Amino acid sequence: MRLKGIRIEHKKNTAERKPVRMEIPETVIVPMQMHIGKAAEIIVKKGDTVKVGQLIGKAADGLSADIHSSVSGKVAKTDEITASDSTKVACVVITSDGKQETDETIAPPVVNNFESFIAAVKKSGAVGLGGAGFPSFVKLNVNDLTKIKYVIINAAECEPYITSDTRTMIDKAEFVFKGIAAIRKYMNVRRFIIGIENNKREAIEVMKKYAADDKDVKIKVLPSQYPQGSEKVLVLNTINKIIPRGGLPLDVGAVVINVTTLAFIAEYLETGMPLVEKCVTVDGTAVKEPKNIIAPIGTSIRELFEAAGGLKCEPSKVIYGGPMMGIAVPSLDEPVLKNTNAVIAMDEKEAALPKTTPCIGCGACTMNCPLRLDPRAIAKAYKLNDKESLKLLCVDICMECGCCSYVCPANQPLVQTNKLAKRKAASLNSKPSA
Amino acid sequence: MSKLILNVSPHISGKRTTQKIMLDVIIALMPAAVASVIIFGWRSLLVIGVCVCTCAASEFLFEKLCKRENTVYDLSAVVTGILLAFNLPVSIPIWQAVFGSITAIIVVKQLFGGIGQNFANPAITARIIMMTAFSGSMTAWTSPQTSDAVSSATPLAAASKNITDSMPSYTDLLLGNHSGCIGETCALALIAGGIYLIIKRVISWQTPAAFIATVAVMSLICGRDVIYQLLSGGLLLGAVFMATDYATTPPTPFGKAVFGIGCGIVTILIRFWGNLPEGVSFSILLMNILTPYISKITRSKPLTGGAEA
Repeated sequence: MRLKGIRIEHKKNTAERKPVRMEIPETVIVPMQMHIGKAAEIIVKKGDTVKVGQLIGKAADGLSADIHSSVSGKVAKTDEITASDSTKVACVVITSDGKQETDETIAPPVVNNFESFIAAVKKSGAVGLGGAGFPSFVKLNVNDLTKIKYVIINAAECEPYITSDTRTMIDKAEFVFKGIAAIRKYMNVRRFIIGIENNKREAIEVMKKYAADDKDVKIKVLPSQYPQGSEKVLVLNTINKIIPRGGLPLDVGAVVINVTTLAFIAEYLETGMPLVEKCVTVDGTAVKEPKNIIAPIGTSIRELFEAAGGLKCEPSKVIYGGPMMGIAVPSLDEPVLKNTNAVIAMDEKEAALPKTTPCIGCGACTMNCPLRLDPRAIAKAYKLNDKESLKLLCVDICMECGCCSYVCPANQPLVQTNKLAKRKAASLNSKPSA
Repeated sequence: MSKLILNVSPHISGKRTTQKIMLDVIIALMPAAVASVIIFGWRSLLVIGVCVCTCAASEFLFEKLCKRENTVYDLSAVVTGILLAFNLPVSIPIWQAVFGSITAIIVVKQLFGGIGQNFANPAITARIIMMTAFSGSMTAWTSPQTSDAVSSATPLAAASKNITDSMPSYTDLLLGNHSGCIGETCALALIAGGIYLIIKRVISWQTPAAFIATVAVMSLICGRDVIYQLLSGGLLLGAVFMATDYATTPPTPFGKAVFGIGCGIVTILIRFWGNLPEGVSFSILLMNILTPYISKITRSKPLTGGAEA
């Protein structure tokens, strides 16, 4: 079985351009929450001198990640910013001295077994760089290593515009395979599958060349169909297994890791420099010179656009990530986060969405749902507050890819309703039924 | 600085709209419309025009009256108008065509909530109402290119009464050179329209394929002339354009196949053993009524990996 997706314009305008390193901005705003889970705790104060790679936010318990300074300079203040989901997040504002001095304690970690490997990943501050922001050390810290039959490397990059993973494969192929070697050594996994959409010819070639010397690695070329890079879709299309409802890839013997995350971990093992910069695809109809930019974490989006030749016009919408699942940002002062793989600026025309018209019952939503959900029935049950039906309709497995809304000729807010319905259905589980 | 738009994803949308879908259906109906003018003369264009205008006007006025949003722009009323006209004999009195159009839009479509909410196909249902109300003028078949409005039998009527000498040749059936409703006679034009809609992915092949195949197989079993059964009467028009209406048919391929097979069976039952020579309209209406149940049974199963929550 192969899960089908939808065909959308790829717009991979920046795939062939080598990423450029931008100038160090005067100030960076580093939020303490760039991951799923609890915010990190600020361990510096106003006036402190910091250097590149220095720990400034200590991971909280459980799901959380360490945060490091991306520039050398002085802590201007500790503050709060409004994140794109409109919650308040603590942040450290650092004024750069322009010297980019490296912290003295930076040294390659000593890794000789699984425990020290996980400890190193934790210290690197790595989170899911494909956009999810899931702390990598938690994902890799599998209790029973024999459960892992496959490591699936997610290089599908199915969203329009984004090419930062493509560039990782082309420019950092060596580290991708060093990452594979590290996982093989410390986690005792023998089978690796790199899943790449077929629109990335150059990346596929490079990966195949490296994989020729490594019989444990298989390159799986996938059709360019959104949402190929979604965990559930990728697992099914690479190892032909369905992740059970409410389960994890590990339930079918797989660990899925983004290709850039993997390359970063390998790089960290070699250099000891934690996650302080990010390659970001800067594109969209409002951007003058679309390109991949290597930016210090905490750089404002405004400066990122300046590094891409500036904006053609006042953008109507700016999003973190791709246009299918990305998050609209409230202002250009928002910083580049660890899990920012792209920043898209749309002009008025591109940002305009067609008007919602009455549902004509064409069924395109359900026919294009990768997980075969019925968004129309879900919307109806949601409006009727029918939690039992929502459960029967399996709304909880919706991965919010947005195919239903994209294909809807009436432009109904289907995935949007699904998101609300998921919460409603979840509230049923938390309360015992009367 | 102007404010940035904030909304949840997705931030892009597909190009397809209801209006574009309906426009494709209209394009697909054009060959048959042109054929009808060639076969039956300019009056068929008059009937089509009257039905389209009345349908659009009824939709506009009713929505105005009910303070509903105007949906004439989505062109669905135009499609209904053309389809209804296609199901009428060319000699139909104009006032009856107007009556039928108003019935289709106001009674069958708008009173149930407008586009997407009606459970029965407006054009089909209006035709059935007209058949009952105006049985004389609704069965006054005109021979091609003559003004004689009462003398000829449709091929199906002829076949069911075994009047073999008045049955047209296969070529005439394909070209539509025989008596019948305005838009149903030219098989070639309807097939062309159907292929266009399938290529443009406006309709899926399952419904017409299941419908037509069922009629073919059952005709064969009953020892009838299969080609006659397929090419005459309203089968192609119904299978391609009416049994594929979104709101009144199931959404999944399996559901569509079930719907098509059901239509085929009912059509044959009426044609071979009923009192009427034609059963396509009734079969589609009956299956429209069963659609919610078919949809429910044939709903695709979410990929939960077998796990229950």
